[in-house]
Amino acid sequence: MTETGGTNSDRAISGAELRLDNVVKRYPGQKVAAVDSLSLTVPAGEIVTFVGPSGCGKTTSLKMINRLIEPTSGTILIDDQDIRSDSATSLRRKIGYVIQGGSLFPHMTVATNVGVVPKMLGWDSAKISARVDELLDLVGLDPDRYRDRYPRELSGGQQQRVGVARGLAADPPVILMDEPFGAVDPITRQRLQDELISIQRELGKTIVCVTHDIDEAIKLGDRILILQEGAQIAQYDTPENILAAPANDFVADFVGAGSTLKQLSLTRVRALDLNRPTTARVGDDTAPVMQHAEQAGDETVVVLDDRDRPVAWPWLRQMRNNPTVRGEPRENLLTIDQAATLNDALDTMLTSTHSKVIVTGDRDRYLGVLDFETVTDHMRHAEREAAEHVEQAQRENGVPGQGRHERTPEDSHD
Amino acid sequence: MWNFVKERWDLILYNALQHANLVFQAVLVATIVAILLAVVVNKFRMLESVANTLSAIGLTVPSFALVGLLLPVTKIGATTAFICVAFYATLPILRNAVVGFSQVDATLLESAKGMGMTELGILMRVRLPLAWPVIHAGVRTSVQMSMGIAAIAAYVLGPGLGGYIFTGLTQAGNENAVRYALVGTVGIVFVALIADLLMLLLGRLTISKGIRA
Repeated sequence: MTETGGTNSDRAISGAELRLDNVVKRYPGQKVAAVDSLSLTVPAGEIVTFVGPSGCGKTTSLKMINRLIEPTSGTILIDDQDIRSDSATSLRRKIGYVIQGGSLFPHMTVATNVGVVPKMLGWDSAKISARVDELLDLVGLDPDRYRDRYPRELSGGQQQRVGVARGLAADPPVILMDEPFGAVDPITRQRLQDELISIQRELGKTIVCVTHDIDEAIKLGDRILILQEGAQIAQYDTPENILAAPANDFVADFVGAGSTLKQLSLTRVRALDLNRPTTARVGDDTAPVMQHAEQAGDETVVVLDDRDRPVAWPWLRQMRNNPTVRGEPRENLLTIDQAATLNDALDTMLTSTHSKVIVTGDRDRYLGVLDFETVTDHMRHAEREAAEHVEQAQRENGVPGQGRHERTPEDSHD
Repeated sequence: MWNFVKERWDLILYNALQHANLVFQAVLVATIVAILLAVVVNKFRMLESVANTLSAIGLTVPSFALVGLLLPVTKIGATTAFICVAFYATLPILRNAVVGFSQVDATLLESAKGMGMTELGILMRVRLPLAWPVIHAGVRTSVQMSMGIAAIAAYVLGPGLGGYIFTGLTQAGNENAVRYALVGTVGIVFVALIADLLMLLLGRLTISKGIRA
C-alpha cells in the first residue's frame, strides 16, 4: 500500500488519544443539561468532526477539552492523563486552538502571531523564527513574503491559514478547531479543507473539528460525531458507515437526501488514476518541450518551479513565441490537492478553461492531471457498485430499505 | 516687549520646563491610574456607567475650586498643584481606556485564553496594545487639558508658567502686567504645541502598524 490517509496506520502519528468519559455540563438555572453524559474516544492521529444542529452542545463539548468551559462532572483524558492534573494555562499551551476566521491578533505580525505559544513556552527566538518559517511554508504561505505582514494585509483565506499555522506552532498532540473555515468563501473553503487534510496526512495530529456543515464533516472527518440536543450521541462512526447506514431517523434527516451524491465527496482524487502530460521547468528551452508535447498529443504543458510546484499551464500556442519556458500565464492555473473530493474536482474543472485540473500533493508538489472522463468513468463504476450493494443488502434482510443498523464494510475509496 | 522677554529669558525657559515637567509627571501617573481603574471597571461591567458619570462630573468641577478644596489638606506648593493636575488628567484617559478595553473583540480574548495566555499576559499582550490607540488619544487630550490646569495650579505657588499669568493679574494697570500675562499665555501655548508633537510621535512609535488608522 503506497497511499496513506484515512485510518491507515502506515504514517507518522504525533497525536494523542483523547477520551471523554461521562462528561456533563449543566448551567445553573437551566433544566436541561447543555452536554449530558458524553462519552467518546478519539483515536490518536485521527480527525473527528463534531456536527449537529445549533444548540446541540458541540462547541461546549469542544471547549471543555481545553477547559475554556469546565465540565460539571465527568473526566477528560489526553493520553490517559486527566486534563485537570495540570493548570488550565499549561494544558492550553499543549492543545492547538483554531477558531473561525483565524482570530489573529491584529496588532501582531504574522510571525508574532504564529510564535505566540512557543514564546510562552520559552523557546529561544532563533528556534521560534525557524519554526514560524517552517509552518508558513507548510500552510502554503511564502515566509519571506508574509512573515512581517499584519493580519489586515491578508485575505480571509490567508488569515485562516495563519490561524492553522498558529494552532500547530508548538507541535501540540491535540488540536481543537471551532468552525475553522466558516468565514471564507466556498472556493477558498474547499482549498483550505484540502490543505488541512494534506497537512494532517503529513503530521498525524489528533484533531477535533466542530462544524455545522455535514458536507465539511464528511470531507474532513476520519470519524464523525453526530450530536443531538444535549450533546447526545446520535451516531459516531466513519463517514462511509454513516452514509451507508444512518443509526436513526435523526441522522438520516441530518445527513440529508442525495447520499449517493454525497458519496462523491467521500471519494478522494488520489483514488483515481492521474494523467501525466508533458511537464517543463521555468527556463527550459521551448523547442524540445513543444516537440515532446506534440508527440505525446498534449495541447498544454504543465510548468513547474524548482520545488515541483505547478506555476503555469499554457497552451502550446501560448508558448510558441518564447524561446524559453516562462511561468506564465497564471490565470487558468487551477490546482487541487490529492485529498480533494471528486465533488471539488468536478467543481474546479467546470470553471477551468482546460476542463481538466492539476492535482498536487504535499506542499503543493505536482502529481498529475485529472480529466473529466476519468471522473465520470469512476462515477459510473461506483454507481453500479452501489446499486449491487443495495440489492445485496435487500436480499439479505428480506425487507427493502431496512439495512440501517447493520455495519456495512464499505470497500472504501482509499 | 522684546527686552522684557530677553531680560527674563533664562527664567522663562526654566519655568517652561517646569511647566512641561509638572504636566508630564501628572499625566504619567494619571495614565497608570486610569488604566488600572479601567481594568477594574472592565472586569465589573456595572461599574462602567459609574465610571463614565464620575468622570463627567469630575470634569465639571472648576479647577480653581479643586485647588481651594485641596489647600487645607496638602498646603501651598507643588504637591497641591501636582494632585490637582493629575486628578483632571485622569478623567479623559479613564473614559477612553474604558471604551478602548470594551472595544476589544471578545473572540480575540477567548482565543488568547484558549492558547494558554494568563490573565496578565492577555492584558499586556492583547488588551492593552489593542486599546492603546484609543487610550493614547485620551492621553493626548489629557496633556493639552493639563497645560491649562497647571497654569491655574500656579495659584498655590506650583511650578510652571502659570505664575506669570497671576503676576499679570495682580499687577493689573502696571505697565508690565500685560507683558507678564502674555509671556505666561504664549509660553503655555508653545509648550502645549511641542508636547502635542511629542505625543504624536509617541503614537507613531507605540501604536502597532497593524491597527493604525
